[in-house]
Amino acid sequence: MGSAGLARLQGLFAVYKPPGLKWLHLRDTVERQLLNGLNAGKPPAPEQRVRFLLGPVEGSEKKELMLTAMSVPSLTTHRLVRGPAFTSLKIGVGHRLDVQASGVLVLGVGHGCRLLTDMYDAHFTKDYMVRGLLGKATDNFCEDGRLVEKTTYDHVSREKLDRILAVIQGSHQKALVMYSNLDLQSQEAYEMAVGGMLRPMNKSPMLITGIRCLHFEPPEFLLEVQCMHETQQQLRKLVHEIGLELKSSAICRQVRRTRDGFFTLDDALLRTQWDLHSIQDAIQDAAPRVVAELRKNLRSGVDSQQLPSAEQPQHSKGPSSTVQGGSCAKH
Amino acid sequence: MALSAQQIPRWFNSIKLSSFINSVQLTKRFPRAGQTLSHGFSAPTQSSSDNCCLRWGFKTYWTSSSRNSSQDADSSRQESSAAHHTLLPCGSEHSGRMPSGDSELPLEEMDDLFPVSPLQPVSEEEAALISAHASLPAASFTLRDYVDHSETLQQLVLLGVDLSKIEKHPDAANLLLRLDFEKDIKQTLLFLKDLGLEDNQLGAFLTKNYAIFSEDLENLQIRVAYLQSKNFSKADITQMVRNAPFLLNFSVERLDNRLGFFQKELQLSVKKTRDLVVRLPRLLTGSLEPVKENMKVYRLEFGFKCNEVQHMITRIPKMLTANKKKLTETFDYVHNVMSIPHHIIVRFPQVFNTRLFKIKERHQFLTYLGRAQYDPAKPNYISLDKLVSIPDRVFCREIAKASEKDFEKFLKTL
Repeated sequence: MGSAGLARLQGLFAVYKPPGLKWLHLRDTVERQLLNGLNAGKPPAPEQRVRFLLGPVEGSEKKELMLTAMSVPSLTTHRLVRGPAFTSLKIGVGHRLDVQASGVLVLGVGHGCRLLTDMYDAHFTKDYMVRGLLGKATDNFCEDGRLVEKTTYDHVSREKLDRILAVIQGSHQKALVMYSNLDLQSQEAYEMAVGGMLRPMNKSPMLITGIRCLHFEPPEFLLEVQCMHETQQQLRKLVHEIGLELKSSAICRQVRRTRDGFFTLDDALLRTQWDLHSIQDAIQDAAPRVVAELRKNLRSGVDSQQLPSAEQPQHSKGPSSTVQGGSCAKH
Repeated sequence: MALSAQQIPRWFNSIKLSSFINSVQLTKRFPRAGQTLSHGFSAPTQSSSDNCCLRWGFKTYWTSSSRNSSQDADSSRQESSAAHHTLLPCGSEHSGRMPSGDSELPLEEMDDLFPVSPLQPVSEEEAALISAHASLPAASFTLRDYVDHSETLQQLVLLGVDLSKIEKHPDAANLLLRLDFEKDIKQTLLFLKDLGLEDNQLGAFLTKNYAIFSEDLENLQIRVAYLQSKNFSKADITQMVRNAPFLLNFSVERLDNRLGFFQKELQLSVKKTRDLVVRLPRLLTGSLEPVKENMKVYRLEFGFKCNEVQHMITRIPKMLTANKKKLTETFDYVHNVMSIPHHIIVRFPQVFNTRLFKIKERHQFLTYLGRAQYDPAKPNYISLDKLVSIPDRVFCREIAKASEKDFEKFLKTL
């Protein structure tokens, strides 16, 4: 089981990180589960060792001792003497999530760790669902932080919020164009900009390619954000700044990643599925998509920038990203 | 005893003869080849002079003898334990020891026993009897190198002892290498079997508590007698020893002190203390500080009354040794977020034994469905033990009345 199992355990897969769990602990848990699965296979047959031993020679009248070759079982490779066959695995983590955030987290096993670097270099955008709460401001922009101020929010309406989000998106669009280092005078660059396929392929500060409000019920509101080169704390700060722009204050209640590149919520494995077989199946399922998308995105040259098809900023992404209200559980 | 000159390896001159002389008086430790691996080996006993090592206590490196001649290390091996001789470090400690008895030979006579010239012609039979095998390493970090040559280690592996865990403790591994299966280990194993441990449980026990081989058999029996005098039945003692392998390494006074501590601290009756200790014998072998700390936490921080704490502990003894931070987080969530009062928590102490994420996920699912009702007075009451102690499938079907797919989809929205 061991080496065959290990051969199928090379590639990328996504897990759903629950809130309150550090990404490092998650990675260690996954490693431990995989090692348990790999070591649980049936042990190999006991090894035999050839020894030249003094033994009686058959067919002689007097008792004579001659060196004969005999195959003797050896305990050197026994599981209880050698220890478990697998003691560590190379598991890498893609774009990290901090402790309070939850959502899709891409992990790579074995040779897949190389693909993690490729995913990083492809500069994919990510989808987040950010829940905010109007009326409070705290020092770390979360609910558990020290309260800084409380404000009213009766004057806040949906239109005001949408206007502010449009302003944010516009300013980030300008930054997008600037950081993508394209000469907008060229025809291809213009077509890409029109189609919304512009994005920087090198380091840049956080850029929001799309932001809209899905649900507004004061004091709560739900935003869908597509961004790149972000950290979750910057998203919380964004919620705080939206509150300030609305002449009120806001804190962020939940940051949840629904898509990382081409891995969506459907591909993410839940805690009960963090075992060898589920992960192997997930790697097999994701493998063709990984190859195709990375090839598309890493073709050298700026003019061949192609966003993965699931990335249109303004269109709804379908059921996986709009889980809210009562839509999912009522069957 | 006159050893045949031809049968002693020629390089033997390099070893200090005094050490060899002492070795012939010592009992052999590695048994003859004929007894193990069913070899037909009729060479006379080359008494294992590595017994000297046994007298020097435990070292952190393993000194077995090694042949310092570079014999061809191909597959021609003999039972090399029978031909071990002490290393020079052993010899340095020997300098103070004088050989005693009648086996003292002047050095000049010893020379006559050994053929001086390596080019001396040898007959065919003697040539066949020369053991030319690769030597065992003098010191090693793993027991793998010695397992094929030591009957003790082989028997232990067949019993199920995990040598890969024991070799992480160098003194334990040294101890096992030097013990003789027939003499030392068998007695202890028979004692453990008398105690009631099954054959398949011996391996796990010995992997944890290899130090039992260095305990005196009488001491072990005194301790078992003490436990029996405290009215622990035979089956109880077996269960305790199985679950807490180090129990019998504790002296009688220490066991007495611990039992007394639990009786005083928990203020339980004698019978209840006994049941508690039988269910969780590691209370007796573990540290007492966490128990004192946890008792304070329950009384002062959580606000449970004394009899409530006693009730919870008799139901779930593990609460005494649980992690304080996890306990606090769980209690905080259950009492403040789920708004469950003390008297209901006392009835279901299992909540302190489950992972917090499980409680949180299930409670949030029930809240989302509108079924989070934990007050026994109202209809559709969900008890805490049903919340935490049943598997996911049953929980979804019976309590939440939703499908597992729904639960999974909900988990992806958290």
